[in-house]
Amino acid sequence: MPKLIPVADALSKPFWDAVNQKRLILQHCAACDRLQYPPQQACQVCNSANGLAWKEVEGRGHIASYIVIENGRLNRRMPDQPYNLAMVTLDADPRVNFYSNLPGTPPYKVPVGAAVEVTFEEVAPDQLIHEWRVVA
Amino acid sequence: MTAPDRYQWRRDKDGLGVWEHRGKVAVAGFGHSPVDRRWDEVSMDKTLGAYSILACQKAMDEAGVTADQVDGVICCDSHIAGGSGGSASQWAPRPYFAPPYDSELGLTLINAKWLVEQMGLRNVKFAPTGVPTIGEMVGMAAQAVGDGVCSTCLVIYPTGNLEGRYRRGGENADDYARGARQWTAPWGNHGGNDFINMFPHEQYCRKYGGKHDDLAPFVVNQHRNGLLTPWGYNASHNVPQLTIEEYLNSRYILNPLRLWDCDRPVNASTAYLFATAERARDMRQPPVYVLNHSQHNFRKRSTQEDLDEIEDWTDRAAKRMYEGAGLGPNDVDIFNPYDGYAPMTQFFLEAFQWHGVKRGDAFAFYAGDIRVEGPHPLCSSGGNLGTGRLRTAMYTDSVEQLRGTAGARQVKVRAETALAAFTTPSSGGWIMFGKNPS
Repeated sequence: MPKLIPVADALSKPFWDAVNQKRLILQHCAACDRLQYPPQQACQVCNSANGLAWKEVEGRGHIASYIVIENGRLNRRMPDQPYNLAMVTLDADPRVNFYSNLPGTPPYKVPVGAAVEVTFEEVAPDQLIHEWRVVA
Repeated sequence: MTAPDRYQWRRDKDGLGVWEHRGKVAVAGFGHSPVDRRWDEVSMDKTLGAYSILACQKAMDEAGVTADQVDGVICCDSHIAGGSGGSASQWAPRPYFAPPYDSELGLTLINAKWLVEQMGLRNVKFAPTGVPTIGEMVGMAAQAVGDGVCSTCLVIYPTGNLEGRYRRGGENADDYARGARQWTAPWGNHGGNDFINMFPHEQYCRKYGGKHDDLAPFVVNQHRNGLLTPWGYNASHNVPQLTIEEYLNSRYILNPLRLWDCDRPVNASTAYLFATAERARDMRQPPVYVLNHSQHNFRKRSTQEDLDEIEDWTDRAAKRMYEGAGLGPNDVDIFNPYDGYAPMTQFFLEAFQWHGVKRGDAFAFYAGDIRVEGPHPLCSSGGNLGTGRLRTAMYTDSVEQLRGTAGARQVKVRAETALAAFTTPSSGGWIMFGKNPS
């Protein structure tokens, strides 16, 4: 069963458009020189909206933590159980983190601290999502 | 019969100093309905509405307050199952009943207007809408009474549960992830306090050297305290005492989160009566004074809260509470933090440094004597884990402990101050009670 399909809104459309082009872009605040994800209307630190711009980042990170979903509530994901749900920090700014099911890593066999790189996975025709794969 | 426009009742900033109404507001009564697993869909005297009216009447009777004396009603009017409830959380599309059950109100939702009408509370002048959950409602009531917005205020927290799979409908049954869920649900996070806490908890175990199963003594003790709470689900339904072995062998939900780390959804209602301390002194019960209240809504930096954020947030919440009450960790006798998922209580325990517990100490503390008869009666209420998903056991137990009426749960240590909360590390509220006003 495929993953849930993200529905882009006005704020997130540039992000998902980039993902569909297999690129990872994040909001960057020029005033604070900080990356921000998920996108917001204003910078979380200085509250400025004017200084926010999209910036392509290198899709490299590390696994900070994980759990294994054995009995979740999402109907669409139930056939996948058990599956990993990891928290991945971005190397370019470890304050930014992402969820990942770590494709290619068996459930329960998550190497916390390991390096990962972004990959893109189709969840519906014309819709990719960003995923992370352990670097061999 | 509305809230004053833009009424600023929250104490949600750092450095606010001692609460201006410290000791001038009191809890004068409380009332619990029976706690059912679900509404049976037949008994009209067991609806969420009937139970809310019953809880209010009990609170008023306990305090010796008549309907005409009530001038404030604060009722949480949101459904506990939220947007993921789906068909299991609404009565519709089934046909409604005769008034007052001719809409969702009274069946799955309760609001102040409905209660005021049903109970004939004709002198109510403060009945806000869009009321938050109980963790903030008690602070709202304390502030409103202290500010003179009202003087005798009912606070009602209904928690409904109909037949069906709790939170297995609605947006959780959707193939699409909309709004904020576009950043979480595709990967399996359907939202909730379990997800908020499980990653920091896993980081906690690695940082401080514990393991998830170190929660077992705490969870088992919560069930024990719950069985000493006569009105709670476990005690009133003869639920057997949970054992360490049963806990350790229970199935995983979000591994390592186990079934018994989770609370049990119920159909019930709780009411409290807040009053000015001056009025409360003339009522039937000894007043339990409010020494401070605070709220927080900390923003996570990114998609998932991590341990650093959780520890920072809970430290700040503790500082706000102690500062506003003019008290410190050594002054708190009764400590009833939230336990709606077991792997979060350690964050609160260590932030508030109750009984000297510092960061990384909680699991060793759990392994000691935390029984109500012992020297460290942690969570004497039994919390949600021991009484069901009422989210109110922490408040009721605090009141009873300070009154000295907690029965089999009455602690043997001093009971003059109490801290209670329904909160996640990121959002919610705390309240400090005192047997004395200062």
